[in-house]
Amino acid sequence: MSILKVNNLSVSFKQYTSGLRQTTHQVISNLNIELVSGEILAVVGASGSGKSLLAHAILGILPLNAETSGQITYDGEVLTSKRQEQLRGKEIALVPQSVSYLNPLMRVGSQVRSSVRKRNAKQAQEEVFQRYHLKKEVGNMYPFQLSGGMARRVLVSTAMVSGASVIIADEPTPGLDKVVIEEALNNFREFADQGCAVMLISHDIESALKIADKVAVFYEGTVLEVAPVEDFEGKGDRLRHPYTQALWRALPQNDFTWIEGSI
Amino acid sequence: MQLSNKQLLKQPLNKRQRTLLVCIGLSIVVCVVVLTGILLDENRIATNLEVRNSPPSLDHLFGTDWLGRDMFSRTLMGLSLSIGVGLTGAIGSATISVILGLVAATMGKVADSIVTWLIDLFLSVPHLVSLILIAFAFGGGFKGIVLGIALTHWPSLARVIRSEVMQVRSLDFVQVSKKMGKSRWWITKEHMLPHIIPQMLVGVLLLFPHAILHEAAVTFLGLGLSPQEPAIGIILSESMRYLSVGMWWLAFFPGICLLFIVRMFDKIGDNLRMLIDPHHAHR
Amino acid sequence: MRWQLTWNIVTFLFWKAIKMASLLVAISFISFLLVKNSPIDPIQAYVGADMLNVSQEQREKIEEYWGLNQPVMEQFMSWSSAVLSGDLGTSMIFRLPVSEVIGERFLNSIALMSVAWVLSGVIGFSIGILAAMNTGTWIDRMIKWYCYTLASTPTFWMGLLLLIVFAVWLNWFPVGMGVPAGVLAEDVTIMDRIKHLILPALTLSIIGVANVALHTRQKLIEVLSSDYVVFARARGEKGFTLFWRHGLRNIALPAITLQFAAFSELFGGAVLAEQVFSYPGLGQATVEAGLRGDIPLLLGLVLFSAIFVFVGNVIADLIYRVVDPRTREGKSYAVKQ
Repeated sequence: MSILKVNNLSVSFKQYTSGLRQTTHQVISNLNIELVSGEILAVVGASGSGKSLLAHAILGILPLNAETSGQITYDGEVLTSKRQEQLRGKEIALVPQSVSYLNPLMRVGSQVRSSVRKRNAKQAQEEVFQRYHLKKEVGNMYPFQLSGGMARRVLVSTAMVSGASVIIADEPTPGLDKVVIEEALNNFREFADQGCAVMLISHDIESALKIADKVAVFYEGTVLEVAPVEDFEGKGDRLRHPYTQALWRALPQNDFTWIEGSI
Repeated sequence: MQLSNKQLLKQPLNKRQRTLLVCIGLSIVVCVVVLTGILLDENRIATNLEVRNSPPSLDHLFGTDWLGRDMFSRTLMGLSLSIGVGLTGAIGSATISVILGLVAATMGKVADSIVTWLIDLFLSVPHLVSLILIAFAFGGGFKGIVLGIALTHWPSLARVIRSEVMQVRSLDFVQVSKKMGKSRWWITKEHMLPHIIPQMLVGVLLLFPHAILHEAAVTFLGLGLSPQEPAIGIILSESMRYLSVGMWWLAFFPGICLLFIVRMFDKIGDNLRMLIDPHHAHR
Repeated sequence: MRWQLTWNIVTFLFWKAIKMASLLVAISFISFLLVKNSPIDPIQAYVGADMLNVSQEQREKIEEYWGLNQPVMEQFMSWSSAVLSGDLGTSMIFRLPVSEVIGERFLNSIALMSVAWVLSGVIGFSIGILAAMNTGTWIDRMIKWYCYTLASTPTFWMGLLLLIVFAVWLNWFPVGMGVPAGVLAEDVTIMDRIKHLILPALTLSIIGVANVALHTRQKLIEVLSSDYVVFARARGEKGFTLFWRHGLRNIALPAITLQFAAFSELFGGAVLAEQVFSYPGLGQATVEAGLRGDIPLLLGLVLFSAIFVFVGNVIADLIYRVVDPRTREGKSYAVKQ
């Protein structure tokens, strides 16, 4: 069942370029995707192509100089910015990229506790830490004291305790070793198996394919095609868009062929 | 999410163009003040006992003092004198900053720590106290005040230039030039100076408000320009004796004019920095 | 953990003390050379108006008494060794030991400066927050305009304005002097002192607000657009809770540190405010010493003001070390895990 729908979303920023001219910089244009409960949708594309802004647009936390158009619906209901404010953290949770998304002067335990909505905060935090193999002391640490893997698990904990039904994970794997990546991805699979809709934003198509149900290919600010994960096999003949095919063939275990310039 | 278009109001000029216009406009105002101050006839501030102690009127915009001198003319002359002293001091200070900043950034570790120590040294005594000390050492007057300003205002700009040069130095094209065997001086001249000159220009402009305020302050305290000069600091310290009898205009107008001039320079400097500095490009 | 923090602070203070010592030596030396270079005649400062009646013979006697006839380096050595043993010499205009003059004046000044320091800190911090929470609105623009204008305002002129309005027009306050003239020291009441303190303190506070306010505004805007505030918003935090948990925590520390690091400007401002209101503090003494060539007092004040500024900076650094968890607690936990 589709729970979150993005229709024709465009995001642009005002910017001053060289000299005295002001330009509008379009980062996302006419983007359409759909999240389904119990499924993982991987949004893959090159780093720095504006994928994170998609997450921020859904949550309504874009910077002030951003302009958006298009429509997002949650559970059949149009998301106004007021509605977004009510839903974020409660129904839609974000798992951000890195430890810089934690307040540097606040103990991580208390930051996780602040995400709890429906139950006893202290208990929920302790349970989730136990579940993710974080020692009790970790709750009393400051973000700068965490290792990369620990930070990852703390960030996932915030989404876990919130009880949200849509989870948006923004680049959850960069700079981590293989074991930690696997663990992080499995966490998201668990979310989906519990009935959440998960949107996994990543530049790492290979690991995304391991857990996703569908893959949306993001290029130049829009989604070229949404393909079921089964289509990524063999020579990629079932993939419709040439860029997706090229992306698939460029993987080391396939032909390792060069992606030709642009499409 | 509904369409939200914030850019309904079309502006004829964007912020950068307006910034440039503001700069030009303010510079013209400053030039006019300086020129009138210089070109003003000495007779305008001649003693005229018939009109002494008169409050502001159409004849005398800022009123007259106890000798019947026109305060408007005195203020203008004082301003152009103060701007002159301030600019001389600021330029001297900027020169010191550039030299020390370059030395710190290019001459190795020892030179760097010496300059850093010097900066700490000059920041360790309150500006005004060191100004009083230096002005005292040179027996007050023009020389004392200009030297004082030049010697006390350089540390902040020197820091900026030091880090700027260090940043440029680590850039690829400088590293390549070095590998190609270009001399230190050549690299400094070809690569460093073009980066530093805009910084320095803005630096002078931003130093200037401090310089002119400190000049006025030290002169006000009696350690700066001599009482014969029509400086703003002198005018204000003289006015103190007449405030208790209600001659408020003696202090009010010269002070607010000084405030305007300082604010203008600050604004020009800030605006120019915004135009030059790429970090502000998104504003 | 505890002992390590203490140890860190001890070594930190040790290095600071060494640095302070090196700076003080340099300041003493440079200042001494500077005042000796001055064309202002120290003998005239000592004798005052009777200068015309002083014969060449008497002059030489005075020179000998003060050691003014010796080479500069020798004078410096004898002055500095006296300073090291705690003797700053005798003030020529007050005819009292310099340390006594400074001590008494400092008590007056510290009353003035601490009132101004607290007032400007609290007000500046509050209006900085107010501006940042309303970025781009007329409130923000007004506060910014006010702060930039204040930063360009001559302190002494602000003092003159307050003097005109409150002392001359409204007659609420005396025009000058730390205590009423013609009243014996023991008869001066606390109320008298407070009355004379208000205007100079107000002058300093009005001017001092600008720096803290602009800094706090900038910092809070930065914090509000930081990743962790974005994430906090993504978790549904908003309004005052968001500000309290993530804003205040991260801007209070820099603001307090800034206030301590601003001791230098505070002292400079006090010099001007004290002169305008003839408030008998350190600043006024500095001006007197400079105007009348009281070399021992001037040197003593230069050293004292340097120590004053230095103490402010050390406190600012220490606060960071003790309060900020990033410097307080090492990375040791992460290694253990």
